[in-house]
Amino acid sequence: MNSELLLKTFRNGDSIAVQDVPEVALEEFLQAIVELTGLGWRVVSYFGVPDRDGIGLWCILAGSNQRLGAFRARVEGSLPSITDVCPEVHLFEREIAEQCGVPLDGHPWFKPVRYQHSLRPGHDAWGRDGNRAILPCVGDFYRVEGTEIHEVAVGPVHAGIIEPGHFRFQCHGETVYHLEIALGYQHRGLERVLAGGPHAATMAQMETVAGDTTIGHSIAYAMIREGFAAVEAPPRAHSLQAVALELERLANHCGDLGALAGDVGYLPTMSFCGRIRGDFLNTSATLCGSRFGRGLVRPGGVYFDCPPEQATGLIRRLEVIQRDYRGAVELLWNSPSVMARFEKTGRVSLDDARDLGLVGPAARACGVARDVRRDYPFGFYRNVAPALSVETEGDVLARAMLRWKESQASLEFIADRLNSLPEGDVLLPCGNMRQERMTVAMVEGWRGEICHVAITDATGRFLRYKVKDPSFHNWNGLALSLRNQQISDFPLCNKSFNLSYCGFDL
Amino acid sequence: MADILIHCALIILMPPLLLGVINRTKATCAGRTGAPLLQPYYDLFRLLRKGSVFSRTTTWVFRAGPIVTLAATLAAALLIPLGNHLPPLSFNGDMILFVYLLALGRFFTATAALDTGSSFEGMGAAREVTFSCLAEPVICIALLVLSRLSGSLSLSGILTHSSTTLWLNSGAALILLVAGLFFVLLSENCRIPFDDPNTHLELTMIHEVMVLDHSGPAFGMIMYGAALKLFILGALFLHVLLPLRVASPLLDWMIFFTSILLLAVVIGVVESVMARYRLTRVPQMLLAACVLSAFAMMLVMR
Repeated sequence: MNSELLLKTFRNGDSIAVQDVPEVALEEFLQAIVELTGLGWRVVSYFGVPDRDGIGLWCILAGSNQRLGAFRARVEGSLPSITDVCPEVHLFEREIAEQCGVPLDGHPWFKPVRYQHSLRPGHDAWGRDGNRAILPCVGDFYRVEGTEIHEVAVGPVHAGIIEPGHFRFQCHGETVYHLEIALGYQHRGLERVLAGGPHAATMAQMETVAGDTTIGHSIAYAMIREGFAAVEAPPRAHSLQAVALELERLANHCGDLGALAGDVGYLPTMSFCGRIRGDFLNTSATLCGSRFGRGLVRPGGVYFDCPPEQATGLIRRLEVIQRDYRGAVELLWNSPSVMARFEKTGRVSLDDARDLGLVGPAARACGVARDVRRDYPFGFYRNVAPALSVETEGDVLARAMLRWKESQASLEFIADRLNSLPEGDVLLPCGNMRQERMTVAMVEGWRGEICHVAITDATGRFLRYKVKDPSFHNWNGLALSLRNQQISDFPLCNKSFNLSYCGFDL
Repeated sequence: MADILIHCALIILMPPLLLGVINRTKATCAGRTGAPLLQPYYDLFRLLRKGSVFSRTTTWVFRAGPIVTLAATLAAALLIPLGNHLPPLSFNGDMILFVYLLALGRFFTATAALDTGSSFEGMGAAREVTFSCLAEPVICIALLVLSRLSGSLSLSGILTHSSTTLWLNSGAALILLVAGLFFVLLSENCRIPFDDPNTHLELTMIHEVMVLDHSGPAFGMIMYGAALKLFILGALFLHVLLPLRVASPLLDWMIFFTSILLLAVVIGVVESVMARYRLTRVPQMLLAACVLSAFAMMLVMR
């Protein structure tokens, strides 16, 4: 229990002074991360803050009893890797190496994450030239040797209307032995432009971290700003934020179920769900004028109020949509040919899910009961959270079924919220940010845990703003789900995770 | 003479209509309006007006692929009787030529796919050839069964022999044949549940992935050839399933025309109510089709 004493503990959305975050020696720091993850804590954010003298390493962990913990250390020269004993940090470490230009010692797969230049000019973990553009995904890939092994490279240009990413399969006949995913094509330098903010464009940038998770990321940003300004959004705003977040979840879950049906060639559900997804998006548009919820969430509350007649209209509309949605999805469960494709495809074991630190529906489908709305509640969810659904199989069917169960819970939750909207304002002015503090905001987006961590400097501007989309954890879950699967099942597995490229690439 | 002209006109003009009907049926089942019935024709004309792109890594095999395949399929179409009408070409043993022409078309499609050196197309060719190993015997055995029943060795003889009386006499064998041939009709024409003709996902395709690198008129030829193959195998299937014949030539053409459109509707409905099989299940289903036709063979041999 010693390691827990090292941590400064706080709640989701809290702001704490930088000097209250304990700084420990690097060796002790790494040892503590290993021990804490063994005690049930989970790394939710782990990043470097480059400064004049070197690099500050910050680690945010999430534990039991709604506690979050933070501590930090300094690193000079190179960073010893703890991936071998604590696999969930493997990508965080690679990210630190890339962003701060610090080499890793003993990392089993030491490769760039996003093929970007480091935030410290002149330092690069791989000795790449700082003046030349870095081409994404150029480099070595994991290879299986043998005369009967063949390699299939897919992407970055795909036949579908999706984002760019590169997938390398090592196959034996139709069986995939290994899949390596390389991303970075969508890197826009988001964290770089956020430093020194907030700027006029910051809110719009946060809404487009991942276009389909607009509400999720903008709530996280609003929480960060509210934490720094010590402002609490009014209850009515919290309710409306929760409604918007669940609507976003519904639209995406519904679209995913339709797309899963489409991938196995089952047309009725594909067509119906495609339309119903549009209905959900239009419901969001009724709230704020944007189908993706842009312009709704603002630091201090929400920009648009929901008048009573609009609320009753929405409830009535959602009842109709729910009926259609149920009909479309039950077609899916009642088709043996669809079930035969979903069952036992793309399985991720409970142990793998825990080791990799999967989040969101991908984790819950493997039996890991993990949900920010319940575990580290924020906004309205501090009063009540929608029922938590967990599946145990970890296959495509589990991920599909989970989406349907979550959709039902969300629909119920939205109806309850709209029926009992608290009175009062929806937007409070969010003043200046306090200096030299750190705020952590976690939100359960539809893909899972979104985590924003911001640190302010002596002038009350962002010194470092770290964004983590759930896809950051889950891409490796997809890679593992393909082990010993048919390569022809890859699109189905991919869709069952439906991860964000731009949310990962930032 | 008139029949030969109608036969040629039908094999040239009608195949894309079947695709249009299938797509329209699928759209209706899914609650959509769907593309116009004549959309496949528009697509063909669009493709024929386009230029072609050829990769530098390909050889003449790649360019020959679509041409040879289409030529072989067209030749096969001249051998198959449509409805109650004799085909333009008919001789003893043409059923063997028929099977080999289809195989030749497939061979060139697969070779052209391998010629590109793309890993996708290689996978597609491997799948296509593996599955056709199991689909071809079904057609061969079916033709043998029909040949045995009719005592003829030419396609026109064995196919036009089947009639309602034949169904009354050896219905059991014909039912088995119908089931086996329907499986093959779907799998050979890359329809759901064996393949998905509309998917854009390279990794799951069978037939479509082999033609990814073709463009312009060459791709138009492939599209038309695929529709023609559906038309031929559909006509073959209808001979076994619906041997309706009246003496009037005009009425016979009408019956053929209606029944093949109905077949397209049935295929569309099957595609609407089923998901695709997992790829590992495809050979199992084709093997089942083989077994069904083998049983039919046993029934007529005793």
